[in-house]
Amino acid sequence: MRKVIMGNHALSYGAMLSRAEVIAAYPITPQTEVVELLSEMCANGILKAKFIKVESEHSAMAACVGASAAGARTFTATSSQGLALMHEVLHWAVGARLPVVMGNINRAFAPPWSIWTEQNDSIAQRDTGWIQIYASSNQEVLDSVIQAYKVAEKVLLPAMIVLDAFVLSHTSEVVDVPEQEKVDAYLPPYEPRYKLDPDDPHAFGGLTKPDWYYELRYQIEQAMEEAKNVIEETGKEFEERFGRYYGMVEEYKTEDAELILVASSTIASTARVVVDMLREEGKKVGLLRIRVLRPFPKEKVAMILKNAKKVAVIDRNISFGMSGAFYAETKAALYNEKDKPPIWGYIAGLGGRDVRIEDIKGIIENTYKEDNPKKDIYWIGVKL
Amino acid sequence: MRLTIPEQEIMTPGHLACQGCGGALAMRYALKALGKNTILTIPACCWSVIDGPFPYSAVNVPLFHMAFEAAASTASGIRAAMEIKGKEDVNVVAWAGDGGTFDIGIQALSGAAERNDNIIYICYDNEAYMNTGIQRSSATPYGAWTTTTPVKHYKREPKKNMVEIMAAHKIPYVATASIAYAEDFVKKLKKAKEIKGTKFFHIIAPCPPGWKTSPEITIKLAKLAVQTCIFPIYEIENGIKYKINFKPREKLPVKEYLKLQGRFRHLTEKEIGEIQQMVDRNWELLLKKEEESKNL
Repeated sequence: MRKVIMGNHALSYGAMLSRAEVIAAYPITPQTEVVELLSEMCANGILKAKFIKVESEHSAMAACVGASAAGARTFTATSSQGLALMHEVLHWAVGARLPVVMGNINRAFAPPWSIWTEQNDSIAQRDTGWIQIYASSNQEVLDSVIQAYKVAEKVLLPAMIVLDAFVLSHTSEVVDVPEQEKVDAYLPPYEPRYKLDPDDPHAFGGLTKPDWYYELRYQIEQAMEEAKNVIEETGKEFEERFGRYYGMVEEYKTEDAELILVASSTIASTARVVVDMLREEGKKVGLLRIRVLRPFPKEKVAMILKNAKKVAVIDRNISFGMSGAFYAETKAALYNEKDKPPIWGYIAGLGGRDVRIEDIKGIIENTYKEDNPKKDIYWIGVKL
Repeated sequence: MRLTIPEQEIMTPGHLACQGCGGALAMRYALKALGKNTILTIPACCWSVIDGPFPYSAVNVPLFHMAFEAAASTASGIRAAMEIKGKEDVNVVAWAGDGGTFDIGIQALSGAAERNDNIIYICYDNEAYMNTGIQRSSATPYGAWTTTTPVKHYKREPKKNMVEIMAAHKIPYVATASIAYAEDFVKKLKKAKEIKGTKFFHIIAPCPPGWKTSPEITIKLAKLAVQTCIFPIYEIENGIKYKINFKPREKLPVKEYLKLQGRFRHLTEKEIGEIQQMVDRNWELLLKKEEESKNL
């Protein structure tokens, strides 16, 4: 059924169709509509889930962890400060190998207070071991929730669907809401191998000495590696059933491109339009949208970019003291390649400032103009 | 004599508790009362170690180790999963120390209690951060030495009244207990199992290394705590109905309790007198509350 819904409600519908069994969430702008709609769905019985209205995001994630360890499919959503408060428990979900799925609406950190989009909140969780999927449309938000459960429950790692504050969270788009039966056929109920069960008692997460802790970390990395294939496979199966494909990256006119833009989230959506405009002018420009930041598709990124003449990465985030995160990852992915293009790193749109068509055109123009990057960070439109 | 404590041992030998650990005994009795149809979640506390390192466990029930401040919220999550899976009869138990309850975990606990989530929360109270090396918590009593309240600056603040805080949430059941009154503890846990909503237990668990006491007097101390009325055992139903489970015919002087413990050795007679006054006031107040609530 086609519906006009905002990105936040796309998350709610995704959780509903995935038959989330336990939801624990705390309100934060701009995430509130996600939990409002889920509360309503639980209240009127459309969704048969237990909704725990917790007193903080730390408790939201802890309740999800507890419920998941007991064998339930769990969901939560948050943003910015809330995600930061969850940080400790994000690690717990990974170490306990629990396939919790959450939505995170990218919002800038305070101070100063800001409620607008920026990726620093989710980038700061990059090293927790969560699978991170950056969506660029409301349709993708909904579909990614369903796919994320399938991936997470296969590799036993939690997964986060990340979307831009307001640009997606509060923007209404036409979304095809799949039929429940079709989703059920794609995503069977969660049947964990190990769970908290009085008939088969085990202790989980007890003190582990250096003789085994190391191996447990090795297994997490193995699971991340496996997730790359599982994301592609589940993406293909999704396409067979629903007609829409989602993989690790999205390529747009990259095949013959001399200059490839690398972007994520909604900036990539705008960049797609810019690519078309410049192609009409005869410029061989392409776009690589990185959909999954963890696990990072380094092989794919290297394969796609190594034959370009130039690469420009746009980051709506900054790792202070270094550069944008996608820029750093992209450079790292190419470092061991024999032939590699120079890579420019542009920071744009922090704190929700619009990244317009002209801005992206300017980025491409500058990249064309220079033979090699002169610095690691190019600030777009800074007023100082 | 009729045995009131179940014979079944759900806690196993081979655990890593110190000699004379009150917390280990508390768990042993708790599991006897709760039975095998129980799921435990334990935040950072002595029991994170006592249960034994991977791959061992000293309890024959499922146990989920959790972050310090998250015992109650994790238990809420486990309970929600049990309900959605139709396993309503499982006892979901958060088992935390005083630091994880009085200090870092109070927010999550207050949240769970306000929602009246159907869990049993048991705080075994050894009155300081014993696992990390005897640092003061807000459960440390007035006058005590700890490594962060050295003798010259012994703890000047009274112990936080966690029981009243929990009762103020109007949850159906709040109780204090002592490992020296095992029948009472087991009886109250069995009662709590049958009550729907949040149940909070506060059990005094002497700690020989932290209290600077001999392991063989752990039970004696837990008994004296009750008999001197510095730690009375009582219940509060629905936040209003008080019932004192043990009233000493003659209240013993608190000095009898303090003098056995190295952590109070520095106290002068005057200071002990002040503590006696506090104990007397609190005890009188409790008696009044019980009397008052009889009319409710």
